[in-house]
Amino acid sequence: MIIPYTVEARPDTGLHNGKLGIWLFLASEVMLFGALFSSYILLRVGAPEWPHGELSVKLGAINTIVLISSSVTMVMAWASLKMNDFGKHRLYLLATFALSALFLINKYFEYSEHLSKGEGPWHSTFFAIYFTMTGLHGLHILGGMIVMAYFLGPGAGLWKRNPEQFANRIEITGLYWHFVDLVWIFLFPVLYLL
Amino acid sequence: MHSDPAEVKKSVRSYMTVFAMLMVFTVLTVTASRFHLAVPVAITVALVIAAMKGSMVAGVFMHLSHEKRAIYGALLLTIVLFIVLLFIPVLTMMDHIGTPK
Repeated sequence: MIIPYTVEARPDTGLHNGKLGIWLFLASEVMLFGALFSSYILLRVGAPEWPHGELSVKLGAINTIVLISSSVTMVMAWASLKMNDFGKHRLYLLATFALSALFLINKYFEYSEHLSKGEGPWHSTFFAIYFTMTGLHGLHILGGMIVMAYFLGPGAGLWKRNPEQFANRIEITGLYWHFVDLVWIFLFPVLYLL
Repeated sequence: MHSDPAEVKKSVRSYMTVFAMLMVFTVLTVTASRFHLAVPVAITVALVIAAMKGSMVAGVFMHLSHEKRAIYGALLLTIVLFIVLLFIPVLTMMDHIGTPK
């Protein structure tokens, strides 16, 4: 069975199915994180006092730089495919994977430090919302890494069979990845700086 | 969305420009937080910078600056519902059920 509109655009939307699908998924993700940001506002406004300087700004800033860099390598992985350079694509995708692993390693050290001091989600309202928001974001990073690992491994074969469909899949992965970066761009000031 | 290799090659330069600007804005956010501004000012500055960074990622990396109408339509609805969601906590402050008049 051939699934229609995996490569060519649908006449009514002008988009291939995967692209419309990922944007609808991202719309639902906006609402998911939106609910958490809304909860954060409610908790912060309702708290008699809100802690400052509980988190390492240095580690948070390093992770921001790491994630922004991974967004660039991701978009370059897609652009390389469009320029018909599969070798460069793999290098950029591998770099994105490595940067996302670095992000999680940093997060591991950050979590470990807080947990060793007894600052788990049970410690205070601040740490409860901190662990919930960054934990959910971390799971999204992990999800993205699994998809990237697939396209670095068994999924790469599609490039030979149907290069355009492969490029579309990388574009969709990239859209998801940039969204994950976008969420962190807001999480960093909200949790680490304010 | 560009699919022509020559167009994509041109876009690469804008990706690098945005990358540099995102780095500058990250440094700016951290620097601004060290000035210990009044809380409302600090929140405004941090969120304005974050919104600028976010719109660069969405507009250039996610190609939203030149997308199809179906995507804009879906996102417009999302933005409206997102704003409603952010203001839902305000309703809790208007809830006076059970409090003496």
